[in-house]
Amino acid sequence: MPEEASLRPIWSGTITFGLVNVPVNLFPAIQSYGVHLRTLDEDGTPLRRRYYCPADEAKVEGDEIVRGYEIEKDQFIIIEDEELETLEPEKSRDIDLRRFVKADQIRPYFFERPYFLAPAGKSNKAYRLLARVMEEEQRAGVATFVMRDKEYLVAILSENGILRAETLRFADEVRKPEDIGLPERQSASTKQVAGIEKAIKKLTEKTLSREELRDEVTAKLTKLVEAKFKKDQDVIRAQPTVEAEEEFVDLMALLKRSISQAA
Amino acid sequence: MSTTTTQVRARAIWKGVIQFENVELPVKLYSAVKDRTVHFRLLHKKDRQPIKQMMVNPDTGEEVPKERVRKGAEVEPGVFVLLNEEELNEAEPEPSRTISIERFVPPEAISHQWFERPYYLGPDGEDEQPYWDFVAALERQGKEGVVRWVMRNKNYAGALRIENGYLMLIALRFSEEVVLAEDLDAPEGRELEKNELVMARQLIGAMVDEFEPEQFRDEFRDKVVKMVEDKAKGKKLKLVKPKKKTGSESLERALQASLAAVRKRSHA
Repeated sequence: MPEEASLRPIWSGTITFGLVNVPVNLFPAIQSYGVHLRTLDEDGTPLRRRYYCPADEAKVEGDEIVRGYEIEKDQFIIIEDEELETLEPEKSRDIDLRRFVKADQIRPYFFERPYFLAPAGKSNKAYRLLARVMEEEQRAGVATFVMRDKEYLVAILSENGILRAETLRFADEVRKPEDIGLPERQSASTKQVAGIEKAIKKLTEKTLSREELRDEVTAKLTKLVEAKFKKDQDVIRAQPTVEAEEEFVDLMALLKRSISQAA
Repeated sequence: MSTTTTQVRARAIWKGVIQFENVELPVKLYSAVKDRTVHFRLLHKKDRQPIKQMMVNPDTGEEVPKERVRKGAEVEPGVFVLLNEEELNEAEPEPSRTISIERFVPPEAISHQWFERPYYLGPDGEDEQPYWDFVAALERQGKEGVVRWVMRNKNYAGALRIENGYLMLIALRFSEEVVLAEDLDAPEGRELEKNELVMARQLIGAMVDEFEPEQFRDEFRDKVVKMVEDKAKGKKLKLVKPKKKTGSESLERALQASLAAVRKRSHA
């Protein structure tokens, strides 16, 4: 891998527990995959998305765009970037861990998106210390922090000596069965239950291999594309898209560099 | 912008049939999450009109009408394989109502990293009994089902489990999408010192607590809502920037000071 290849962190900040500061960089743990579909002109030129204003039928550049909240139909309150920044509390640069819960106490429906945390700064000792102790004790640190204009509830977990941030849904983003109006529980019929349990046992295995979670449908399209490419059928050589640069990176290789070899 | 929600019976977003061995169970699928984000529209600064998007040819700057737009798979940066509508349609999954259970595994076999989106499953049809029989059986076995299904032209993998006494289906990310912690190596460094480990254990031990999700609020969202309301009333806003922190100077000293602070708090 070339020296210059590195992954830009999505967020940089500090995990604090007690008075201990652990400077970290946050990286994605998930990547796009499969076929990178693009929209092209007939001659194969990759198209770009442009903003335009339907009122004066003109193109609109980035600095001419503002964020508006619609309070009534076609009535907007403008919120500037600087205004949103003032709302970011000081803790926005920190993930302040004040409580450590049993990792398995967080129900699966809270989990939203995983990120890896890599040590930043001169020393990784505090990072390794936190990762080691949390993993041994099977604890998850829970906190809120602000990233990219949004506040996140996050669980910091440790696995394989690596800290991971899993963003969680807030309690008011999760529906309860009574919110949905699911019917009240009824008692089960013992005979039927025994039969179903037998069927469950028959299909039970101890582990799940990742081979079983492959996206076969996308794989089918990938295969078709590869076959056409091999036959040089409908192949167009044009300019790379902006997105291509990001999508053809090998996330795992970059993460290995960013995490394992940090400080 | 009120935060109160009216209690309405949620509408099912899909109907399917759970199938494995000789079991068939018709279910309705409901979202287990609700969107609480403050949604902004992008406006043209000059005239405050909502802007729209169009596809343009970057060479000419001209908009390309729909009938001329083609789809290409980028196989290498800048190299495209054109796909026609028929080929794209063929690559879509077969429509189906089946939620097929491939196997059952213990819950710990599925890492948190796979979880994407939860749905509740409720009984479908007059006879609820088969639903409750299945709930009881799955609960007693303490396992979860690894399932596949197709919903709205998209194929899914999922974990079928019991949450709060009901069936929950959690859509899982596909393995192509996820880099797991086990794929990576931990950061390297000098052996950790024993007294630091002891102190860190004590410190974390002193901060052990229950997970109470209701204790956390999206304060940033609350503030954004308030800002919008204030601005609507014509209030003026104050601008202050946040500061940045650096790493601890001495890890050992920081641990000692933290422990002292925690102990003082618990004795108070």
